[in-house]
Amino acid sequence: MGELLVKEKTIVVPGEELASGMDFLPSHGTYRENDKIYAGKLGLLNIDGKVLKIVSLSGRYLPKSGDTIIAKVTEILMTGWRVDTNSAYEAVLSMKEASSEFIQRGADLTKYYEIGDYVMAKVVNVTSQKLVDISMKGPGLRKLSGGRFLNVNTHKVPRIIGKQGSMVSLIKQHTNCKILVGQNGLVWVSGENPDAELLTVKAIKKIELEAHIPGLTDRIKKFLESNSTQKPVEQSQGEQ
Amino acid sequence: MAYPKRFDGRKNDEMRPIEAKAGVIKRADGSGWFKIGKTEAYAAVYGPRALYPRFLQDPEKGVLRCNYNMMPFSGSGDRVRPGPSRRSKELSMVTEKALRPILNLSEFPNAVVDVFIELPQTDAGSRCAGICAASIALADAGISMKDMVAAIGAGKVSDQKVVDLSYAEESHEEGATDIAMSFVHNTKELTLLQMDGDVSKEELAEIMEMAKKACDQINEIQRNALKEKFQAE
Repeated sequence: MGELLVKEKTIVVPGEELASGMDFLPSHGTYRENDKIYAGKLGLLNIDGKVLKIVSLSGRYLPKSGDTIIAKVTEILMTGWRVDTNSAYEAVLSMKEASSEFIQRGADLTKYYEIGDYVMAKVVNVTSQKLVDISMKGPGLRKLSGGRFLNVNTHKVPRIIGKQGSMVSLIKQHTNCKILVGQNGLVWVSGENPDAELLTVKAIKKIELEAHIPGLTDRIKKFLESNSTQKPVEQSQGEQ
Repeated sequence: MAYPKRFDGRKNDEMRPIEAKAGVIKRADGSGWFKIGKTEAYAAVYGPRALYPRFLQDPEKGVLRCNYNMMPFSGSGDRVRPGPSRRSKELSMVTEKALRPILNLSEFPNAVVDVFIELPQTDAGSRCAGICAASIALADAGISMKDMVAAIGAGKVSDQKVVDLSYAEESHEEGATDIAMSFVHNTKELTLLQMDGDVSKEELAEIMEMAKKACDQINEIQRNALKEKFQAE
């Protein structure tokens, strides 16, 4: 007979007994020892049918294939660029993946991306040795110039984006700023004036701080309405 | 004349008052604070992050690096010279060995997890307090680990078996034995065992049982500290 020892959506701590018996299956962040399932990291317990999973709440970003991230160019190589991904591992952007146009061998790579440039890129491959390859081919992937960057907890990124991007578009409507959120916890904000950018930054920080309290969208809406000087604009600009 | 009553009036199996907190250092990836009596330890975890020089990297699994440091006026006597010394290097090493068995480092090859333990004030049992704080900090940093560890000093003062010795007890005139131990909570695997003094085989077994019970209590406090931080968050 299997028995669940912890309720769903509670905070669990490493080593905590989650379930006994063979009726449940350990998934991400949990492990089985004999006939019991234990927590293998700190986080929120998620139960999906018989599968027990832990959703992380803290920790650094680990590159994962398919993620869209914001990275900074740190070095120019013979055949591409090395970028900082805000994680323990650096990534390589090869010449082939850098742009849709053909880059001649031996061309001056700084014409495309200079050291210090930020790019929105996609992680295409991560090896077992954690060698990361990124690509600039894809919709919305580009060099980011101007604006400002801020660091957020990577596990709060889904809250900042919201359901189908609802949270980001809410902020965009009120501040008229361009916002791009990378899975690695870097956020790029660019607006017409500094005040709008500052408000956006404040709103994002507020989301990060209060992500766990219910009614987040309403609170952010209220916050933006009481603080923004301009009238909310309906999304008309094509920029995502 | 033996040791009929403990200096601070505790029972033989009673620890000094314990307090713990998680997430006390803002810029660290994870942090913990552990206070037992007058001994106080802060632990900060940074990483996983890139490890240089390159020859230290391990392509199979991540590396754990601990640093134990006593602050200048943390001792009970003269100013302690902070930084690496014969003692602090050894304690950094044993802390590392006490924590490594619970960590699943294979998730980040070639990277490092740094743990910095600082002690603003001490009254014996500082390595144990450091390990307890580091265990909280590692969990707070979201690092994959199979369990938590708790550590405690236990031993003999004169003819009495006691748990959690204070500095006064350690320097009892009729001699004292101090054994630092750390246990993995669920399996009760022993990850640290250091002794100063002498005991018989039977006494050691008894002292270890006392320490295990104390570690269960510590584990409870560590867990509550972590839950409190994330519940409030």
